[in-house]
Order: sequence, then C-alpha cells, then structure tokens
Amino acid sequence: MTITESAASTVLGKRRLRKEDPALLTGEAKFTSDLNIPGALHLAVLRSPYAHARILSVDVSAALAVPGVVAAYSGADLAPLWAGPMPCAWPVTDDMKNPTHYPLAVSKAAYVGDGVACVVATSDTAAHDALDAIDVEYEPLPAVIDLEDALSDRVVIHDELGTNRSYTWDLKCEGEDGQVDRAFADAAYTVSEHYVHQRLIPMAMEPRAVAAVPQPFGGDITLYSSTQVPHILKVMTALTLGIPEHQMRVVAPAVGGGFGAKLNVYAEELLCTALARKHKLPVRWTEERTENTQATIHGRAQRQHIELAADADGKLTAVRVRLLADMGAYLQLVTPGIPLLGAFLYGGVYDLPVAYDFSCTSVFTTMTPTDAYRGAGRPEATYAIERAMDALADTMGIDPLELRRRNFIRKDQFPYTAMTGLVYDSGDHDAAATKAAELADYDGLRARQATQNVDGATKRLGVGVCSYFEMCGLAPSRVLASLNYSAGGWEAATVRVLPTNKIQVVTGTAPHGQGHETAWSMIVAEKMGVDPDDVDVLHSDTAIAPLGLDTYGSRSLPVGGVAIAMACDKVIDKAKKIAAHQLEANEDDLEFAGGNFTVKGTPDKAMPLAAIAFEAFTAHNLPDGLEPNLEAQVTYDPPNFSWPFGTHICVVEVDTETGEVDVLKYVAVDDCGNQVNPLIVEGQVHGGVIQGLAQALFEEAVFDEDGNPKTSTLAEYLVPAASDVPPITLGHTITPSPTNPLGVKGIGEAGTIGAAPAVINAIVDALSGLGVTDMPMPASPQTVWTTIQSASTAAQGASK
Amino acid sequence: MIPAAFDYVRAGSAEEAISLIGEHGEDAKFIAGGHSLLPLMKLRLAQPSVLVDIGRLSDLSYIRDAGDHIAIGAMTRHMDIEKSPVLAEHVPLLAHAAGHVGDPQVRHRGTIGGSIAHSDAASDLPATTLALGATYVAQGPNGTREIAAADFFQGFLTTALAADEMLTEIRVPKMNGAGWSFQKFNRRAQDWAIVGVAAWRRNGESGVGLVNMGSVPILATSVSSALASGASIADAAEQAAAEADPQNDLNASPEYRVHLAKVLVRRALEEASK
Amino acid sequence: MQIRVTVNGTVHESDVEPRTLLVHYVREVLGLTGTNIGCDTSSCGACSLHLDGEAVKSCTVLAVQADGCEVTTIEGLATDGEMHPMQQAFMQNHALQCGYCTPGMVMAATSLLKENPNPTEAEVRIGLEGNLCRCTGYHNIVQAVLSAAGGQ
Repeated sequence: MTITESAASTVLGKRRLRKEDPALLTGEAKFTSDLNIPGALHLAVLRSPYAHARILSVDVSAALAVPGVVAAYSGADLAPLWAGPMPCAWPVTDDMKNPTHYPLAVSKAAYVGDGVACVVATSDTAAHDALDAIDVEYEPLPAVIDLEDALSDRVVIHDELGTNRSYTWDLKCEGEDGQVDRAFADAAYTVSEHYVHQRLIPMAMEPRAVAAVPQPFGGDITLYSSTQVPHILKVMTALTLGIPEHQMRVVAPAVGGGFGAKLNVYAEELLCTALARKHKLPVRWTEERTENTQATIHGRAQRQHIELAADADGKLTAVRVRLLADMGAYLQLVTPGIPLLGAFLYGGVYDLPVAYDFSCTSVFTTMTPTDAYRGAGRPEATYAIERAMDALADTMGIDPLELRRRNFIRKDQFPYTAMTGLVYDSGDHDAAATKAAELADYDGLRARQATQNVDGATKRLGVGVCSYFEMCGLAPSRVLASLNYSAGGWEAATVRVLPTNKIQVVTGTAPHGQGHETAWSMIVAEKMGVDPDDVDVLHSDTAIAPLGLDTYGSRSLPVGGVAIAMACDKVIDKAKKIAAHQLEANEDDLEFAGGNFTVKGTPDKAMPLAAIAFEAFTAHNLPDGLEPNLEAQVTYDPPNFSWPFGTHICVVEVDTETGEVDVLKYVAVDDCGNQVNPLIVEGQVHGGVIQGLAQALFEEAVFDEDGNPKTSTLAEYLVPAASDVPPITLGHTITPSPTNPLGVKGIGEAGTIGAAPAVINAIVDALSGLGVTDMPMPASPQTVWTTIQSASTAAQGASK
Repeated sequence: MIPAAFDYVRAGSAEEAISLIGEHGEDAKFIAGGHSLLPLMKLRLAQPSVLVDIGRLSDLSYIRDAGDHIAIGAMTRHMDIEKSPVLAEHVPLLAHAAGHVGDPQVRHRGTIGGSIAHSDAASDLPATTLALGATYVAQGPNGTREIAAADFFQGFLTTALAADEMLTEIRVPKMNGAGWSFQKFNRRAQDWAIVGVAAWRRNGESGVGLVNMGSVPILATSVSSALASGASIADAAEQAAAEADPQNDLNASPEYRVHLAKVLVRRALEEASK
Repeated sequence: MQIRVTVNGTVHESDVEPRTLLVHYVREVLGLTGTNIGCDTSSCGACSLHLDGEAVKSCTVLAVQADGCEVTTIEGLATDGEMHPMQQAFMQNHALQCGYCTPGMVMAATSLLKENPNPTEAEVRIGLEGNLCRCTGYHNIVQAVLSAAGGQ
C-alpha cells in the first residue's frame, strides 16, 4: 500500500500502535470530569418531567436553604444572561421555522428532560439534593410523539410558530422535464416501500461534562467540555453569551466518544459559562446517564417512502423519495440539515439516469431534539435504497447481489457525475462486492439455504447484502453554502520543526477516540523523514490550535489530514531554500528523501533536516529575505467530498419459534482509498458495524403516549455487550481518491452505514419463505416473532 | 447518581442485625451485597433512613452437604454458588443458574439470600430454588422458622418474611441425578430474563420454575402434573403458563411471554430428559 | 463514618458519608480518576475495579462496605513503570479507541483471567457481558484478552 502509486511508503499504510493508548490504559488521561478545579461550584439542572407543559411558576426558595447551595435560578431569572438563543447553524430553507430556544425553558417545557431551573452549590451532592426542593407548577399539555400527528397540527408545540412543520426541502433532478413520472409510467418493475428509522440514542460511554473557569479580573474565560467541536463551540458561546471571542477559550480534554452527539452547543455549556462569569468562580457539571438519554441529542427518527422504477433487466430508471423527519422539540446545532446529508445518496451505488425526486418534510415533536448521529442521514438513505433493492430483486425473482451487479456504476465510469450533480471521485463496487461474496462464501450459503430453509424448518438461514457509497469528508465550503450551512468545510494545519528536529503539528481536528495523534504523526513522519514518535500533535484547545472546524462527518483525514500533508510540503519547500543556500546548490538540483536533502548527482553533498531546522532557528546564515524558523500553515478547502464505499454481507439464522436472530457471520469489505494506519481503519469499521447492527437488532429510544421516555438508562436502552454480538470478518479494497494528494477517504461512519441494511436484508431473506417481506427495526425477538405470525396469518387469509 | 442520605450500621451477628432492624423500624433495610437495593437507592426509588449491613456475616456464607439437602448460607455470593463443587455434584441446576445472574461483577457481590429476600420475579434464583423445592430458613427475634419456597413469594417484591426477620439459610434438596435444564431468554446476556425456565426431571417427578412470568416467581405445577400423568413433553409444555400471569414491558407482551414459556419449557424438558 | 481502605497498596483512613459510593470515594477523595462513571444502573461496567482481588462495579458498592478491604484501581495495575500484560495486550490489539470504558474493561478482563486462565473466545465474550464499549465493537477487546491469556 502506498501513499502514491509511485513512491514507496515507509510509514503510511503500515499498522502502527497508537501513541494515545498508554495514558488511556493507565488512568493517566484526563477526561473533563477528572479535572481538578479548586473551588469549583457544581451545577445541577432540574428537568421537566412532562413532555409538554406550560410553566406556571418556579419557586427556588427552598433550594436556597439546602446546605451548600450558593444559588438557584429559574429560566426567567437567567434570561438577562443570554445575548441570543441557542444556535442552529443550518437554516436549510429561507422559510424554515425555528422556535426560540434558551438554555433553560421560560414559559413552556417541550420534552421530558428540558431544563427548567438550576442550582449551583459547593458540592455535586448538595446541588442534586437541592433539586428536590425546587417547586415548579406546571400545566400539562398533550404530548406529540407521532410524526403524522405532529404534521396535523392537532397540538401546536411552539405557539409562536403556529405549526409543527419546520420545513419542506425538495431536490428534483431530471434530465428532461417529467422524466421521473415517465420512468415510473414506463417501468417494467416498480417497488414502493415504507421504512421507519427508529429514534436512537448515541450513547457515547463518557456522558457530557463541562467546566467553565473564569478569570474575573483578566476577563478571559476557559470552557472545558467533552465536545467534538471546540472551535465551533468557542464561536457559538461567544455569540450566545456576548463574550468577546478573543476572551473565550475552549478546551476539549480527553473525550470519551462522540458519535455526533458531541457535535453541538448544549444548554449546560452555556449555563456553566454564564454562571461562572456571574459568580466569578469556576462552575462545573457532569451529566448523569439518565440526563444523557434525555438531554443529549438523539439520532435517526425518520420515516421513509422510497419508490424505484426499473426496466425489464432490473436497471434502475428513476428514484422517488418522501421523508418525514422528527426534529424533536427544538432545532439544535445542525438538526435540520441531517436529512439533507442523506438526500444525495438515495441512488446508492447505482448508475442512474438523471431522474430523481426527493422531498423531506420535518416536524417538531415533544421529544428530545434530534441531530447528527454516526452517519447522520447517510445510514438512513443507504438503508432505504438497499432494502428497496432487495424488494426489487424479490419482485423480479432474481438474486439480490445479481441485481446490484447489473446496476453498479462501473469502475471505468469514475469520476462519475451522479443524478444529483455531485461527482463521485472513485470506486470499484464490483470488486468490493466480489471480495465480500468470496469472504462470506456467498454461493455456498445460497446452496446451504436451499437445503436448510425447507417447509417447517424452525432455524432459517438468511443472507443479506448491502453495497454503499458514503458522502463524507465534509466538505467543500461552496457546496455547504449551496445547502445553506452557516459555516465552511475547510481545515487548518500548522507544521513546525523545532530547533532539535522534533516536530509539532497543530491541527484543527478534535479527536475523541479516532487516534489522530498517531495518524497525523504518521503523515508527518512519511513526509518529513522523521520517526512518528518525534512528532507531537497539538489539538482541541483553541488557545493552541486557534483555527479549525473540528471532527465530524468523517472529515478529519480527508480534510484535516490532507491539510497537514500540504503544510509539510510547504515546510519542505522552505527547508529546501535553506539547504540550497547552505550547500551552494540550485534548488532545482536538490532532492528530499528520508529526512535528507541531497544534490542530484553529488550524493556526498547533503544536509539533513535536523541541521536545517537548527539553521532556521539560529538564523545565522539564511538566504536573503527568508524568515527565520521552519514552520508553515495551510488552510485546506477540499474540492470534493470523499466517497468511500464497500459491500457488507450478513449471515443470520432466525429461530422462528422464539424470534431470536443469531448472527452467524458478518463480512465487511470497505474501501476508504489509501489507508494511513490499517489498525485504526479496522477499528473504525468494527465499531461502526456493531453500532449499525445494534440499530438493526437492539436499540430504540421508546416514548409512551404521554411522551415519557421508557429507555432512560442503559438497563433499558440496549447497547449490546461483547456477549451479544458476533466477531467481524474484514476485507478491503483500495481505490485511491484522485481529489486529494494523499488519496484518502473517510472511514468513521462507513461501518454504521453498511450494517443495518445488511442485517435486516438477511433477516427478511431468512423468512422470505414464510411470507415475510419487511422487518421493522430493531428486530427484537418479539418483533421478529410477531412479524412471522402476521405474515403467516396473512398467508392463511389469502389462501382461503 | 447519589442516594439520599441515610445512617449506616454494620451488624456483627444475625442476632444483632435483627435487633437493629427492630430498633429502627420500617425505614430500615438490610443490605448484603447491595446489588438489588443500591441501584434503587441511586435512582432515589428507595430512600431507607437506616441501612443495616449484614454483608460481613461470614458465618452465613457457606455451602454444606446436610445429607438429603445442601444448606447454603444466605450471605453466599452468586459466584461461590456458581463455582461450588458440592453444588456441581448435588444441585447442578442451581450452580448453573447462579452463573447466569447479572454479570461477573454482580456475581462477585450479590448474595443468594439478598436475591431471594428481594424476591424479584425476574431474578433467576428465586424461581430456580422454587423449582427445586427449596426451604428457606428465617431468623427473627424469637428464633428461627422454616418456610417452604412455595409459600414464600406472596406478591410483587413481597415475601413471607416479617419486617424483623432475616433470611439466613437456603436448603435445597439434592437432585440425585435428575436431568435438568436452565433456559434464560434475553436480548443481552447481562439482563434479566424476558422469560426463564429452570427445570429438572427424574423418573416420574419433575419441577419447573418460571422466571419473569408474573409478579412472583412461578412454579409450573400443571406441567409437572401433566408429565406425571404420562403426557408427552410437547403436550405438557402447552401447560407452561397455566399458573403464570405475565406482564407487559418493553421486551415482551403477555402473549409473547406465554408463547416463549411454552417453547422454552418444551426445550428445557427435552434437555432434562436426555 | 471512619473507614480504612487499602488502595493500590496504600492504606487510607477517611471519614465518609455513608451514602458515598466507592467510585466517588476513589475519584473524589483519593483523586484516582482513572475509574470512570458511565451509567446510573450498574449496567456499563466503566467503574469496575478490584475489591479484594475481584472485579466489582464500584458504583454499586458503598465506600463503607469497602472498609477494611483491599482495592485495586487501574492506576494500581502497572508495576515498576511497566504496564500490566493486559494493558499491553489492549494496546497491541488496538482494543481501545476513546478509552473511556477501557479501565473498567481491563479490570474486568484481568479478573476474568484470574478465574478462567484459558478461556475460549465465547467464554471471553460472556465473561465481559457486564462491560459496555461504544467504539470498538468488542472484536479487538476479545482478541486482546485471548492474547493476554495465551501470554500468561
């Protein structure tokens, strides 16, 4: 594996253990709640027990009497502290409805968990004890938990909006007017499928934690937060609280996972910061898991209607999609944009004419706000097209893998302009599918299935395929502008060679488990000819790394990593000027390899980077006009998204007596272009696959009809353990991206995108002989059993 | 998550524990391993004013061969039951079932006495000891008494124990070579059973206990009667839910639970008959 | 209430409220923040440490219940500046990503091998049933424990 096809890599593409690990393995790493902050006050938030209620009065006086309590506030008490409401950075349409949302609700609570009052005390215990003493008088109002019900405006949640509809966003792409309708009219085959993406709770193992440390006289304030987005958080906190941005510093210490849920600006971050300024003391807050399941964003929560049109050979001719998306009670940072991230992927990996009709309507409900969760829109899209492809294969009576092969965009069609106008950078779907089929023994499984799934068999074998394309590496800033996103998609990097030839990298990415310190060191080591251990990666502190747009959307490597590689090139260019000067050679005659500049044809005339670094530092003998020191900064705006792809195959055995699904084998073949560290790539895929499998089989945020969450703890919300999931068989293909100099693509979300459709396709496949054509998620034993029962009842009814 | 404040006293003997509970009245609770009580206290669903710690009563941690039965001290931990050679030989069903309680960390702390006294119908050991025809020994201010497992579980989290009584010993008849099976059906290994079945069979006799099929652990006597009168396993298993009154929750409706009980009882009896 | 607990070989005498959980005691009183808190319901295992040599969930043990006991936390696992073989196996097998579940996972895994020195893959998976990880999908954690067992 090589960074480019020509140059042999010494570091990139090779498995390398992570430099992050020793601190994390020994308890040395400090997460936000581990920070020792003398004199800090503790914040606790009183949360609405009602999904929808008018707040008639809030009496905090009894809380003030609890020993250790410093202050207690209602939402109205704190209103003067806010310079603006909680931010939503993605107004997807000009007429999008966005309810005013403050860190504490003032007149109305709109979901169970909505903050209505808070306490600051000298200990966490005192703060929590005092919550019980706050008296809030509510007028309960009807809950809205069903999306159709929300759309009906039977109960309007936000009075000032007059409707529960936030927006409708359309994307119609036609080569000729009316092409979609004509394609459906002329189709040999059509399918029309309805799918539901249940609400999920991202459930990073580290709950959120915040500590705001003010300098009352200096005027600066430091916000420590378990966040994926320290840079975005800095800007937003400054704006929301009216703090001059240069006095605001945000630090993300060790962060225990995010999965999109920490890509946000949360009430507690603003409360701690505002109250630290008000009380002139540090204020900290650590989320309890029960709060995390209610007051940290949820994901997915979409209803889909997808229709495919195909010709007699099964070649797709048009796709029509209607979405109804659940925003939850308010719009958080990028809530409205999540369905749009999927809008470009409903054509999957298939060669389609320009005949696409997409529309998404989004509504408010009285449940926890939704927002980005691993994959964010793209797992939903992939699920719909990949389930619908199986439905089409079933309608046609052909093998689902064969149908996919007939429709794949061929390798020679790349770069491929898709029906949406976006350009897919590179791909080889047939190769990935072929490899996955080999690893799974696809033909052998089909043969085994024919003998196993006989009439009356209670252990039925199923095979599910999912081929996916992911749009990641967010993102070209101009494309984001066309989607009304309020920020750009660039990333910044600084590479600095220290006088002793150790290298500092400053990155705007904000890792929380992805191993950026290791991976970025490898990129620099490869470029600069040093050992990765001689590279230090600085990140996640806006005072140290002031420029950046953080980590989400599988963007860190294809945007941030590429920026680092480009900064290395700039440093090398400058070093070359010094080397040429010192070696009295022409710059064009110098070659740089292995950390050494040599003069072509005169190998004994050489100068190592170490010597140049020291020369640059002393500045005793530099070329005229050249600035001292060896340092370069790059801000890189990618020309395109990156488009990783792959094929996953899941093999299940379903016990039709109990409804239990046993995953016998899971094969994932992913292609993320050139790999920097295969060890990390594999880890990302493993974790992503199990999160997708967990959506398919285990997880759902359940609310009762009154809007009460029924899965508020990890005892009820079923994140699976090692005992509950299979090992994973991995394979990969490598199709470098032509759009960036490293040839890389993102890999953080791919596993999650591929897994849920592969698992559900396998279950439906296992039960197809029993008349089952779809399976809701999560496919719990009870759901599988009842689906089999209703299919068999329907079959009996039909035969009568 | 922090429990509400309480006072804590550690008992040095069973007698002292009983007298402390008597002294502090209704708001006092025994704590052994704490794995039933502390989770409720952290969520502030239980707010006892006094905890009487009986976890240090090491003289109540034992597994003894007592002739026709095995005597197990109430403070014996799940892990000790799971790994006991005595139980492996004489009551393998109980040893096996103990290995399915919670997870290893829970089994390192939780005790059989705590589990039975808490009497959660979803717990594995109440139904298992019920199936095995166990007798529980309770000690109170006026001495000890024996309570048959079949008479012990009286309602949701309610037992025959008086407020000032403490469970001290569990007496489990030896299985004498009976075939057995433990079927725990759940979505995650660490969770409570959605439905569980503990069954044994020897000649014409059998015992079938059901986990999470009602407000109390259930003894499926109709299954045993059917078997005794010569019914096939499949026919007997159809009676699985005759004594049950299963509830609805996130994982299962009553109808699904009844169906599962029949399937799992059939499978358990088939395994126990091998 | 006065308690005396030996933590990572050092005797600590402390006055604690009875409602203090063992995890809060080691984190807040002793400053040993390697033990993490991940849930409210004894479900996730992030707070696992060793109490008298066995893994327990320290969010479900009162500090007063640990009076007179020996506690080992993740900080006490390395000896003479060398990581414990289980810690090394986790690193070698890329068995951690964000690292938040890791201390509890390592403590559960070492306890598991003490009780079952040569587990099968299935036994490792079931032996770790009480510990949740959101990053790794467990694949490499299982490999790490198997390799640590093989190396012992």
